[in-house]
Amino acid sequence: MSIAVSVAQNDKEMAYIKGGAFAPFYGNIDKSKVKVSDFLIDKYSITNEQFLEFVKTYPKYRKTIMKGIFAEKNYLYYWINDTSYGEYNDKSPVTNVSWFAAKNYCECIGKRLPQMDEWEYVAMADEKTPDARQKIEFNKYILSWYEKPKSYLNTVGSTFKNYYGVYDMHGLIWEWTSDFNSIFLSGESRKDKDTDKLLFCGSGSVNASDLMDYAAFMRYAFRGSLKANYTTRNLGFRCAKDTVLIKSENNKLNSK
Amino acid sequence: MKTLILGLLAVLLTTNQCYSQNSSTKITELSIYNLPSKWTTQNGKDIELKDLKGDVLVMVMIYTSCKAACPRLVADMRSIEEQLPQDAKSKVKLVLVSIDPETDTPKRLKEFSVENKMEGKQWVFLRSSEKNTREFAAVLAVNYKKISPIDFSHSNIISVFNVEGELVHQQEGLDVNNEETVKKIVETASKVKTP
Repeated sequence: MSIAVSVAQNDKEMAYIKGGAFAPFYGNIDKSKVKVSDFLIDKYSITNEQFLEFVKTYPKYRKTIMKGIFAEKNYLYYWINDTSYGEYNDKSPVTNVSWFAAKNYCECIGKRLPQMDEWEYVAMADEKTPDARQKIEFNKYILSWYEKPKSYLNTVGSTFKNYYGVYDMHGLIWEWTSDFNSIFLSGESRKDKDTDKLLFCGSGSVNASDLMDYAAFMRYAFRGSLKANYTTRNLGFRCAKDTVLIKSENNKLNSK
Repeated sequence: MKTLILGLLAVLLTTNQCYSQNSSTKITELSIYNLPSKWTTQNGKDIELKDLKGDVLVMVMIYTSCKAACPRLVADMRSIEEQLPQDAKSKVKLVLVSIDPETDTPKRLKEFSVENKMEGKQWVFLRSSEKNTREFAAVLAVNYKKISPIDFSHSNIISVFNVEGELVHQQEGLDVNNEETVKKIVETASKVKTP
């Protein structure tokens, strides 16, 4: 326990998220709540500057070296070469990174990508409350961002600091989650046709726990359209970490 | 002590994706053999994907307790296998990857292979950690989600890889005509040089 706390305190860049249960917009058949355990999440998205450090240390993630199976050719396309993003801002979020790049960045520094439920849990918060999803102003804010072009050029921390002390969950970029490929939405299929029941085992239908939550629907639909080697200019990431690191790792080792 | 444990953890957590050098030279750009994950077969053998290099792979993701689509996917895999001519068969491995590693222990996979008469050496069943499984699914563009303690939603996709581990064909859906898939496997297998 004391170790878990010291991990939290040592990492000033991460916010401690007290777990809980919530009904996500999408994903659970009986509309029941999903449980989220306590965890840590980066207060800011990973920046150009941070990603540059990463590719300097691990050349295999440089834009001309990265293998096609891990990132399509637009990977880091706005960078001028393997180790420079030219005039772009150090403190802007790095984007045009594939899921593999994001995942390995986090893992190489002893972290991981947040799970979708964890990300959504943190993203429910506005400045004052942990769950602002019913607030009209909050949803309006998110939806108005969807219409703003090039917000990815802004610097991290330029939008609001939420209840947990986490910045930019809305208003800057979209972000990868570890299990982005767990979504089944109508029309998400790569062939872009209506959900064909035969394509999926179990239920593949949309279970919107709140149909009014259009803002969330957009996020899930976007994730549903992604593939792991895709990159786009408005998609970046931040990392997360278990609080009970020691315990869970021991369990994993014992179960082997 | 605390530092020691944390240091040790950092080492444990550092997967071999964190090498500072780009080693694998013989593996092509789009090959699944770039994945460093480790898997266990139905016979309890630990392998890396690249240990399968040299054969044409026909891969599907399933879980053995599935009652809905998987039996049909499994039947489809068997149907594909039956249609392969003898000379192609020796160059093909049919691989079933579990999306439920918790339930699908090597022992369970072995039992499943016996129950389903998939015991020949062309049949390979694999399981790994949840993390590696999620990554592998991402490569195959297979989506899945645990929807209850015993059930998963998942895409029904059968993928064919050439000897280099490059994806050459995907068949999507259940009860689809697998003629094209079989044709593609035979064609890919015909390019395999016999040692």
